[in-house]
Amino acid sequence: MAPAPCITIDHLSVNYRDVQALRNINLTLRPGKLVGVFGPNGAGKSTLIKAMLGLMPLVTGRVTYGEDTLAHQLDRVAYVPQRSQIDWTFPATVWDVVMMGRVQKTGWFNRFSTASRQIAQDALNRVGMADFRDRPIGALSGGQQQRVFLARALAQEADIFCFDEPFVGVDQKTEDVIYKIFRELAAVGKIVLVVNHDLGESIMNFDQLILLNKELIATGPRDWVLTRDNMTRAYGGHVGFFGHVA
Amino acid sequence: MSPELALLNGLTEPLQYAFMQRSLAVAIMVGIICSVVGSYLMVQRLALLGDAISHSVLPGLAIAFLLGVNIFVGAFIAGVLSTVIIGWIHTRSPIKEDAAMGIVFSAFFALGITLITTIQKDNKIDLNHFLFGNILGVTAGEVRDTAIIAALVLLIVVLLYKELLFYSFDPLGAKASGLPTGLLHAGLMVLIALTVVASMKVVGVILVLSLLIAPGATAYLLVPRLHQVMLLGAGVGVFSSVSGMYLSYYLNLPSGPAIVMVVSTLFALAFLFSPRYGVLIGSGRWPFKVRR
Repeated sequence: MAPAPCITIDHLSVNYRDVQALRNINLTLRPGKLVGVFGPNGAGKSTLIKAMLGLMPLVTGRVTYGEDTLAHQLDRVAYVPQRSQIDWTFPATVWDVVMMGRVQKTGWFNRFSTASRQIAQDALNRVGMADFRDRPIGALSGGQQQRVFLARALAQEADIFCFDEPFVGVDQKTEDVIYKIFRELAAVGKIVLVVNHDLGESIMNFDQLILLNKELIATGPRDWVLTRDNMTRAYGGHVGFFGHVA
Repeated sequence: MSPELALLNGLTEPLQYAFMQRSLAVAIMVGIICSVVGSYLMVQRLALLGDAISHSVLPGLAIAFLLGVNIFVGAFIAGVLSTVIIGWIHTRSPIKEDAAMGIVFSAFFALGITLITTIQKDNKIDLNHFLFGNILGVTAGEVRDTAIIAALVLLIVVLLYKELLFYSFDPLGAKASGLPTGLLHAGLMVLIALTVVASMKVVGVILVLSLLIAPGATAYLLVPRLHQVMLLGAGVGVFSSVSGMYLSYYLNLPSGPAIVMVVSTLFALAFLFSPRYGVLIGSGRWPFKVRR
């Protein structure tokens, strides 16, 4: 079997309105690694994911997965937006949301197959939300909502997983479940990209860090990236974190 | 005669007239499609867009009448054209979408009123019927056209249900999974325009927004899933439009305001007495605590 392809980001620049949001980013994302995107507010972390997936226009550059543009292969991508972007009063149950992960694979005009239902059920079991199947999503806690979205991503059976701030407003149990599943996904050779802003202990979970502030400050293993010099360049002189700095 | 029998008589007797049979058919069809399509408007917070499209159909209707074309076709084209212009203004300038809507729909509406006022002087066309509805005056041709539109609308909603659900709930997630969200959005605009066109003679373009939003909103206070909102909403919509038809018949009211008063009352009842959200008897779970 051929080795799983990488995502290559080549000279990527993006504008938000008329302001440059990302400048000349070059990166390679390899399968099997848990990759964390860090940086201050407004550093362009979410923009990086959206630009990679073609959800916003690029000014320059190209993002490829294997031979072709990543935006042409979105059936292989599972993307979980920030929880704050979702209207949680929407009339849907947990099951409705997880089944959304099967829409693309099911295809136009087709009904969900028994196999699809089983995949969605397995995903719900995996995140520990099977008992909440018929609950309205608005009646869940933040952590439970995030686990439902994780289940939806799992149900997509993707090769590339992109999560935007999945740990915001979640409880400890949810955080443990999410990290465990991230590790499992990486272990079976998926590409897992996680936007995060928490520089605490949880940073130890990641295999590769991307430190961003409009441009790429550094990327690689923790010890390479978390140098005093890099942190100052990313956060200015105001960062209170230096616990794990090499 | 017992009061029950009298009531039954009062409901069935008018139906011996062909014009009442036509009205009933149109009331049922319009009650269903308005509620189903309007549910999408409600959950996507696009109520104002529904208002914009409904006001924008008038000039198309007038021009089609002048050219001797089916007025439904003209109205549909104008409704879709207004959404295209709104989208164009808001993507090509710093003008926000709601401002673009306000500008475009009032311009279309003004043009429509001007055209119809001019042509109604020497033609058999009454502006008031399009503004406020005239359900008792529908022709056999209009029943046929409404049936075609209703069948088309329901077919599209059933066939695209899972895609439209995903897109309405999480447009970014839907786009990132490879769904053609631009196409789905355009499809939704077409559904709204078709529904508004079919509803013109029943509620009129000014009040059609009520029949689009209120049934779904009423159902939303009572049931938790979108397809249930649509089904219960359709029941609310049909009950309202049929009741409005009788009010129009017995009290000689324009049908639009009659229907809207019924549906608004139903909404008020759900708002006050919904088991889940009712402000008077609800379980008190709203507003939900937002845990962050």
